[in-house]
Amino acid sequence: MYRYDEFDHSFVNQRTEQFKDQVRRRLAGELSEDEFKPLRLMNGLYLQLHAYMLRVAIPYGTLNSRQMRKLAHIARTYDRSYGHFTTRQNIQFNWPKLEDTPAILEELAEVEMHAIQTSGNCIRNVTADHFAGAAADEIADPRPYAEILRQWSSLHPEFSFLPRKFKIAITGAPNDRAAVQVHDIGLQLARNEAGEIGFVVYVGGGLGRTPMIGRKVRDFLPEEDLLAYSEAILRVYNRYGRRDNKYKARIKILVHETGLDELKADIEAEFEKIRHGVLRLPDEEVRRIEAYFAPPPLEVLAPVSDKVEARTAADPAFAQFIAHNLNPHRVPGHTSVTLSMKPIGGIPGDASDVQMDVIADLAATYGHDEIRISHEQNVILPHVKLDDLPALFDRLVAAGIAEGNAGLITDIIACPGMDYCALATARSIPVAQRISDRFGTPDRQAEIGELKIKISGCINACGHHHVGHIGILGLEKKGEEFYQITLGGSANENASIGEIVGRGFSSDDVVDAIETLVDTYLGLRVGREETFLDAYRRVGDAPFKEALYGTGA
Amino acid sequence: MKVITANRLLDGEVVWLGDGGTWVERVARAAVFDGKDAVAAALQVADQAVADQKIVGPYEMDVTEEDGRLVPVRLRERIRATGPTTHPDLGKQAHPVSI
Repeated sequence: MYRYDEFDHSFVNQRTEQFKDQVRRRLAGELSEDEFKPLRLMNGLYLQLHAYMLRVAIPYGTLNSRQMRKLAHIARTYDRSYGHFTTRQNIQFNWPKLEDTPAILEELAEVEMHAIQTSGNCIRNVTADHFAGAAADEIADPRPYAEILRQWSSLHPEFSFLPRKFKIAITGAPNDRAAVQVHDIGLQLARNEAGEIGFVVYVGGGLGRTPMIGRKVRDFLPEEDLLAYSEAILRVYNRYGRRDNKYKARIKILVHETGLDELKADIEAEFEKIRHGVLRLPDEEVRRIEAYFAPPPLEVLAPVSDKVEARTAADPAFAQFIAHNLNPHRVPGHTSVTLSMKPIGGIPGDASDVQMDVIADLAATYGHDEIRISHEQNVILPHVKLDDLPALFDRLVAAGIAEGNAGLITDIIACPGMDYCALATARSIPVAQRISDRFGTPDRQAEIGELKIKISGCINACGHHHVGHIGILGLEKKGEEFYQITLGGSANENASIGEIVGRGFSSDDVVDAIETLVDTYLGLRVGREETFLDAYRRVGDAPFKEALYGTGA
Repeated sequence: MKVITANRLLDGEVVWLGDGGTWVERVARAAVFDGKDAVAAALQVADQAVADQKIVGPYEMDVTEEDGRLVPVRLRERIRATGPTTHPDLGKQAHPVSI
């Protein structure tokens, strides 16, 4: 994986020193809260309902065991012994003290981590496919490009005060697991007829209060133009993006209001001015960065493991895990393993310090020291030998992260909601827990098959509810929590925004409503191979409305 | 019935304005203000506490009395006053005896 060079070390250390002094000045009264707030936000420090919250960047969701151990150490030493993996592949600590944050940032810098640009109107952590560098369907590892974008966007002086935050995602595979079409810029690696690498470029996707699917602006952007073209997009956005209204300030609104053709012309005009300048990516630089992400040496092994077959036949829980939590690896005899951070009835994305240490140990023992965090709030060991799966599974069971539910109904994305978040209008996590309890038996989950439920506790949509096959949005109505359901959303290569199915449900009734939807689906699907989303797309919302609200609803 | 709430600067702990300009960790011990003028005067006290680096982000909130104890009206404020409903072991609810 990428290692900091001297420049990276010095800029992260410099920032840590700056923040230490800013905290000192704040506590001494030299800085007011109004002056300090933007400074702390630039370093990922929010003030939430109960306490401060520190959001630490995990660039493109990749980390090693040393870094994971450091996160465990921080949770144990400065927080309440847990952390929360987010939908931007980051981690949040929910209880740090202001006075401790400089020390936390110093500890993070020791392992080449920081909290820069995890908040504020800047370019945020670039997210990537969590199976990057391992997936069988991959054209190329997207992480070298994500790293190049990270270097370009870190403290980019021109883009430190954008109209609003800006999110970039990249996938190296045709099966989009990085939700690129709901990002401000979405990049999908592609090869042209000459076999060269480039990018399909989407602009103006996003969720929040105005969900939109990104519009394609380039079918094939050559590799060497990645930075110049990104800079051109950002410049056009920075110039024309609306600063008068926070709710209309994202680039998706600019795309919508300006029109794709005009905006594209603006981007191309800007690109023409700078494409031959310093931002042109030299081939040797891309190859140099790529070398950091060189895959571990993996021996080609038999594609079927006798050990796995024997255990599968004898152990239903293992069989369930194997059926759902593995992703095909490009090297035969290996696989990418999803460690479920969604225990039945548990809190999506939470990991204790002990679990983090276990994950670090397992990555070192079985996974070539590589760990990924998915935007679906799970942890992945990307390079595991099939023969090691039984032993790995036993360790996961002991740590409580062995649920075989990846992609199933209990693998729910949920934002922190009103249990933590100052912006939330309703709770998310308890709804996720109740759904998980309701559907959590192995047979029931497996019978239902692939079904992505995503829950947000307010209109800002951190829980990605718009792109859930079933989306749940928590609102407040007359002082009570109230949940609106959307159907048919998807964040993959066939992205779609879910449609509101009808009037919302009280907290007491929402899980029953989900069960009604699931039962309706089970009753009308043509076979087990027709997923909830496929069935919805075939029949539309009428049968689901009928089931929820009765005739004439 | 209104009380004034904020977060403590040093650790972010949820606090309420108590008697005599103190900041207390339990809503039950908050000072109650009735009427616009009383609330405005209390917010002035809070503004001074902001200037003195004690608290951040003060605002007024509604409370009611249940079984002789002050409790917030809105769910959001009830959660702030107790802790995450998903973690009974964390937040104020985990330390029933502290101030």
